[in-house]
Amino acid sequence: MTTSENADRQARIAAQFIAAIPHSTALGMQVQSVSGGVAEITMPYDKKLVGDPATGVIHGGAVSALMDTCGGAAVLCHDAGPIGTATIDLRIDYMRAATPGQTITARAECYHVTRSVAFVRATAMDEDTGRPVATATGAFTVEFAK
Amino acid sequence: MSASDKNTRPAPEPVQVVKQRRDRALQALVSGIPYVQFLGIEFDRRGDELTATLRYDPKLIGNPLLPAIHGGATAAFLETAAIIELGWARVWSDVESGALDVETMTPESLPRLPKTIDFTVDYLRSGLPRDAYARARINRSGRRFASVHVEAWQDNRSKLFAQGTGHFVMPEQNDGADAAARDRG
Repeated sequence: MTTSENADRQARIAAQFIAAIPHSTALGMQVQSVSGGVAEITMPYDKKLVGDPATGVIHGGAVSALMDTCGGAAVLCHDAGPIGTATIDLRIDYMRAATPGQTITARAECYHVTRSVAFVRATAMDEDTGRPVATATGAFTVEFAK
Repeated sequence: MSASDKNTRPAPEPVQVVKQRRDRALQALVSGIPYVQFLGIEFDRRGDELTATLRYDPKLIGNPLLPAIHGGATAAFLETAAIIELGWARVWSDVESGALDVETMTPESLPRLPKTIDFTVDYLRSGLPRDAYARARINRSGRRFASVHVEAWQDNRSKLFAQGTGHFVMPEQNDGADAAARDRG
């Protein structure tokens, strides 16, 4: 396959993969881009995602779900070509509350893959892209076609 | 203590009154959080011990092939169990003393919930498409910071499918209902 065919294939697979995840679609996640081990997924503001009714701020768990999905997508579009992945661990640091009403964008990078493990770091931002809402690091399992 | 010194020991409260007060307080703490309702997380109480239940629902699935619960749903479940445990521990004495009036208690009148600083989830087994349970243990709770560990299981209590540890900033003591309760004396 040529590089562009490969990229197209990966983008298609990753986009379909996310669309097939009931929990991610239930949270309104949309794949913006996936290629070369980097994924970007957005999650529009929704009242059902609110974790603090006093402020309207999105629940940390929803941000975790976004980071987890984005991390998995980054693994699947890595050039090593894994066909399956699952989260081993994920650590999230919350820098600040996401501004109510704004879409949250997660960008995850799969920066190393071994025969069995993929390492990922991710950042979540709202519309103020200069100040991250949260960062995450995670390890994921990887499966390769036999 | 209140100013009204008691010369005689008051009769113990009827058990139903005690249970109703505690259950209402817990309900007020949990029911106001939209995301907790969306995920379908409920809390059982035995005395002050809480067990969180994540009711299985197809929207929680993250891997339709296995199928398995989404790691994000699991993370949210554990984080919620930790936050509610902290919130519950914080209001318990005020609920028991009557400083927080459960009759008029609403999600708005409760003290603010703790804020998560960081949360780490270990995924030990894939989450099966059935109910999950979690209990949180507060390992350290100071004036400003708290450290909480959470264990989650499904069919067997001894076979955890996930565990988590998180650090939290506790709300200022003079926030919201705490201050209101003190003002009332």
